[in-house]
Amino acid sequence: MGMTMAEKIIACAAGVESTKAGDIETVTLDRLMSNDGTTHLTIDMYNKLKHPHIADISKLVWIVDHNIPADSPKTAASHKKMRDFAREHGITYYEGDGVCHQLMMENHVRPGELIFGADSHTCAYGALGAFGTGVGCTDYLYAMVTGTSWLLVPETIRFNLHGELKNGATARDLILTIIGRISANGANYKAMEFAGEGLHTLNMADRIAVCNLCVEAGAKTALMEVDDIAMDYLKEHGREPKAVFKSDEDAVFSQVFDIDLSEIVPIVAKPHFVDNVVPATECLGVHIDEAFLGSCNNGRIEDLRLGAEVIKGKKVAPTVRFLVVPASRAVYNQAMKEGLLDIFIDAGAMIMNPNCSVCWGACQGVIGEGETLISTGTRNFKGRSGHKNSFVYLASAATVTASAIAGEITTADRI
Amino acid sequence: MGRIFKFNKDVDTDQIIASQYLLFPTVDEMKTHTFESLNDTFASDVKPGDFVVADENFGCGSSREQAPSVLKALGVKAVVAKSFARIFYRNSINIGMPVIVSKELYDVVKEGDEMEMDLENGTITTGGKTYTCTKLPAKMQEILDQGGLIASLNRED
Repeated sequence: MGMTMAEKIIACAAGVESTKAGDIETVTLDRLMSNDGTTHLTIDMYNKLKHPHIADISKLVWIVDHNIPADSPKTAASHKKMRDFAREHGITYYEGDGVCHQLMMENHVRPGELIFGADSHTCAYGALGAFGTGVGCTDYLYAMVTGTSWLLVPETIRFNLHGELKNGATARDLILTIIGRISANGANYKAMEFAGEGLHTLNMADRIAVCNLCVEAGAKTALMEVDDIAMDYLKEHGREPKAVFKSDEDAVFSQVFDIDLSEIVPIVAKPHFVDNVVPATECLGVHIDEAFLGSCNNGRIEDLRLGAEVIKGKKVAPTVRFLVVPASRAVYNQAMKEGLLDIFIDAGAMIMNPNCSVCWGACQGVIGEGETLISTGTRNFKGRSGHKNSFVYLASAATVTASAIAGEITTADRI
Repeated sequence: MGRIFKFNKDVDTDQIIASQYLLFPTVDEMKTHTFESLNDTFASDVKPGDFVVADENFGCGSSREQAPSVLKALGVKAVVAKSFARIFYRNSINIGMPVIVSKELYDVVKEGDEMEMDLENGTITTGGKTYTCTKLPAKMQEILDQGGLIASLNRED
């Protein structure tokens, strides 16, 4: 019987010939990412171990991105704990360089790897054919100490992509459409795999956006076949694959969806659930107080280009705060070189340093009681971006920027 | 006997403990904010031995282990839901907090009802009736039995 990509990566990491959905395997991790959301707790647990030990320091990557720069003495203390520990042990450490998943894609992830990240959006690494999955700090600590963990081999839902995106639709509209179709737990415990000729029409930014959001359907991981576009990205960033896998012809999928990319339209996910999606045209006229362009989902150079194209020569509505947050220092630099930052600044946007920003609701730009945010972030849960009685709509870089100009939800073709 | 606190479907980990408290130095400093956005008296009302009962997909969203940790720190004996999101489920077992799947319980109890749980036999008694819960997978029962994943680390080495 053939194997899926997920099964092949797990078998490789477990050192076994083959495995299948439902089996439990003991795996050796290739990489372990952790950020300031939980690392201070991991360190406290580590320090209480009877025999503290790190299996392989070179596999650890620690990134301060959620609350950088620190917003309070308590946050500063947690950051200091992380910084001091990383320095003392020689752990690869980033602070202020960008959002964790963007930095991992730019600097570390290789096809075929099995990666634990202490962050749910670790499934983004599937854009490079790597099995990334989110874990809590206890799982992280166990893997950090032993170099291993256990995994229930997931079933795979396969999405065959056909055609090409058009009509102002983006990869973000594609994944929001898919989540709406299968629901917030439609892929719980499962891998979401993307293939088909339509995949080759998506650039790396598109692919990361799609894989990154799969956890919002409950997915354990997301995976994409590695093609020339992925290999070119890897090469540009100076890395080689660990292994390139694709699902066998006779691999068993729990479900198969065929998606015609040309049918995707601009989408908005309404409060307070990511699967609460409607065509953006059904939300026209909803008043907004703030707009956010950034995050691990949509803060790449391609997203900033898209936003800049929409807003060039126009102004942010006087009633709106528009936050533009490049996902990494590399993206920030590139946007500066291309003159995109000038366009946003001239339009009245605020350019912030690379971080998780208002997407996670404890950094900059939180919204107040009764306020409404339109966001390229990852989640729109109740209170996610500020006061518990506030409202978050999720949309693409184009729709968010257009809405920032209009002061109400609208699509780019209406600006 | 413990009291039941009831929650709807798709309760995400941001509702259990909001982002703004996650970088507090300790879980004890976070726990008074548990479920703040859904029930702002939960943290003061809940007593050790009480239960959280929920509909489908409890604990979806972020991987923050602080979510099961604040519930455990407040003394919640177990969370019983129709289904759990993957990471929350695994995190709960890892820290030694029982998470029990029951397809029936949510529909037959109301907020404030009392219930009793027999973890060994996987049964819940409430309103004079006994319900059988879905068994944990063997691997997870093993982790729970030894008091969480870290206990195994201290033992093995």
